[in-house]
Amino acid sequence: MLAIDPEKKLSFTRRISDGDLVIIYERHDSMKAVRVCDGSVLQNRFGVFKHSDWIGKPFGTKVFSNKGGFIYLLAPTPELWTLVLSHRTQILYIADISFVIMYLEIVPGCVVLESGTGSGSLTTSLARAVAPKGHVYTFDFHEQRAASARGDLEKTGLSSLVTVGVRDIQGEGFPDEFAGMVDSVFLDLPQPWLAIPSADIRTFEILLRAYEVREGTMEGCKGDDGVSIGALPRKRRQRSSEGSNVQEFQRSSIAMARPCAEAKGHTGYLTFARLKCS
Amino acid sequence: MAGTNNQIDSVQNPRMTWEGCSVLLDINDGDRLVFARLSAAAKLKIGNKNCSLQPLIGCSFGSVFRVETGIGGPYLSRFNPSSEGNNDKENNGFQSKEESRDNRALVDDNKAQSLTGEDIDAMRREGATGDEIVEALIANSATFEKKTLFSQEKYRIKKQKKYAPKVLLRRPLARSICEAYFKKYPARIGFLRVDTLSLLLSMANVFANSEVLVVDMVGGLLTGAVAERMGGMGHVCSTYAGNAPYPMEIVRIFNFGIDICKSILRSSLDSLSSSKNGTSKQIGEHDDSLSVEGGLKDQTSPVCPEEICDESENGKSNILLEDSLSPVIRSCKSVKAGEKAPEEVVKLWKENGFSSLIVAAPDLDPWSLVKDLLPLLASSATFAIYHQFLQPLATCMHNLQLEKMAIGLQISEPWLREYQVLPSRTHPCMQMSAFGGYILSGTKICNV
Repeated sequence: MLAIDPEKKLSFTRRISDGDLVIIYERHDSMKAVRVCDGSVLQNRFGVFKHSDWIGKPFGTKVFSNKGGFIYLLAPTPELWTLVLSHRTQILYIADISFVIMYLEIVPGCVVLESGTGSGSLTTSLARAVAPKGHVYTFDFHEQRAASARGDLEKTGLSSLVTVGVRDIQGEGFPDEFAGMVDSVFLDLPQPWLAIPSADIRTFEILLRAYEVREGTMEGCKGDDGVSIGALPRKRRQRSSEGSNVQEFQRSSIAMARPCAEAKGHTGYLTFARLKCS
Repeated sequence: MAGTNNQIDSVQNPRMTWEGCSVLLDINDGDRLVFARLSAAAKLKIGNKNCSLQPLIGCSFGSVFRVETGIGGPYLSRFNPSSEGNNDKENNGFQSKEESRDNRALVDDNKAQSLTGEDIDAMRREGATGDEIVEALIANSATFEKKTLFSQEKYRIKKQKKYAPKVLLRRPLARSICEAYFKKYPARIGFLRVDTLSLLLSMANVFANSEVLVVDMVGGLLTGAVAERMGGMGHVCSTYAGNAPYPMEIVRIFNFGIDICKSILRSSLDSLSSSKNGTSKQIGEHDDSLSVEGGLKDQTSPVCPEEICDESENGKSNILLEDSLSPVIRSCKSVKAGEKAPEEVVKLWKENGFSSLIVAAPDLDPWSLVKDLLPLLASSATFAIYHQFLQPLATCMHNLQLEKMAIGLQISEPWLREYQVLPSRTHPCMQMSAFGGYILSGTKICNV
């Protein structure tokens, strides 16, 4: 997912090759992660797609099925991963994730602790933030979940940046070896206040309202200069004399935006604090 | 703390201040926010007292200072937070007690306090500390005992702010710089709220070793935030339409070391978009070099060094403190952030494309920018466009759809609400920012 080797620079200026993880984009609300495997096929409602057709193409390419249906092949990012990962728990979404990274002041080289790992949605973004020299130590008390998270990190190519441990952090605390070593800690636990003495405590709720945009036609009155929104065909425009009560209407198309009817109304409260200065 | 030194030169511990380092001073829990550069000569006016910033050098970020009065006049003294911490804990217990007091007996006749201004001045002359004055005020208040515990606490905090002001030493990072500007001079950063900024960085997939194109008309905050995320690996290219680069004075508030300064480059949109044949490119370069100097002039203009207070009219010179740089810092500054992008880097960008694009240009039309910028991105690159108004973004998104330039397009409006959290008194804070702007995000697709 990340170009950790500075020699390689951009991971996605590379062409798609056998074994790569790609995000299959059907629509904005319909995506999945697929590992490219020469000889295998992807079958969906648009038809059958041969992986061999994808190899050698750049990321971001539109590819066609046997029936002429198409999908896009995107380079994986933590944001896309959050949308396609398999949910083993409730996950954090982009609004919370981005705010957590910013508020925990995570920069390349940081050492970050996280508990619980859950489905690894935040973990993926934490790994991106600390790369290439930092490290994320994430803990979950659920053995199987930790193993699945390790598998996912292997898939996304981030396993060198993240260590997944099995431990009940709320009960046992973080391992002693981390004392004094860590830049930031993220806790998603039922009783986080058992954790640390801290200062500057602030709590937030963050939401993201999405807007949908479509082309709309507006009935516009030609007589009035003020109503011309969008590109009106000027040629056909007529000047209406003052006092004329003949109103001419024409159709003009503009982009119109409105909030999406459904949204994630609440994802959680985020509380931030700073370790007291000794 | 491990590993953070690549953010700053290895000589400096980024968690401790040093002479010449840039700091954010938070006075009385955000009442006043001041950017300063630490030096022996730097002074800060708190209330009516001028205090030297010398005691702040070599301290951990996060330290709290109080103004004390000594023989040589007022000075800043390190305040031990542990005693305050204990207070907090005791105070937190009060809600559980049965509360029978209320405000029925309070009359606002200005007679409750029996200590006069002269009494307080006399106490000061005798060397009373701020805390002692606060205690005296409480002891001499006829109404304090009748107040509810909650309102007693409010009274105490109010008096402490006046008689025992505290200064919190903060690291100037994208988060704190954005919050400080948003609070004090929001127009200068295009009303870019911290959660919006953090979304831009995530949506554009900014990380070490990426090549990020930005249009930063928010004073350099965006450029600085991107550079901070990249830790000096890869490049951030601040591009501009026309001849004059956009000012990026906020970049200098970050304590960037040489690597990060080097990773911040400028290039005009003309020279980035020019085709590989010579003529048009040379014109672009020529414009570029001319304008860089013009742009820097406004950064290096002499600024009054020590003093910055938000009451002042001319905020620009207040925010930037450049006078008393130590030799250490001066040597770092030989590498200036925002140099003109070298030929070979521009060539690399033209060949490979940028991996991310972020636009924060409050006064420009997004579509007219994006239609020229998007072709500069690598295929599958992610982008995020910030704007305060919805309609220009809606038009931009619609055009991107029509032109089939990008997918995964979405307009989002971030919404952030801070809460007061106290037993039985948890609720959203009374004051909130009601608007954080809009973001159009998406992924560029291959146009072949």
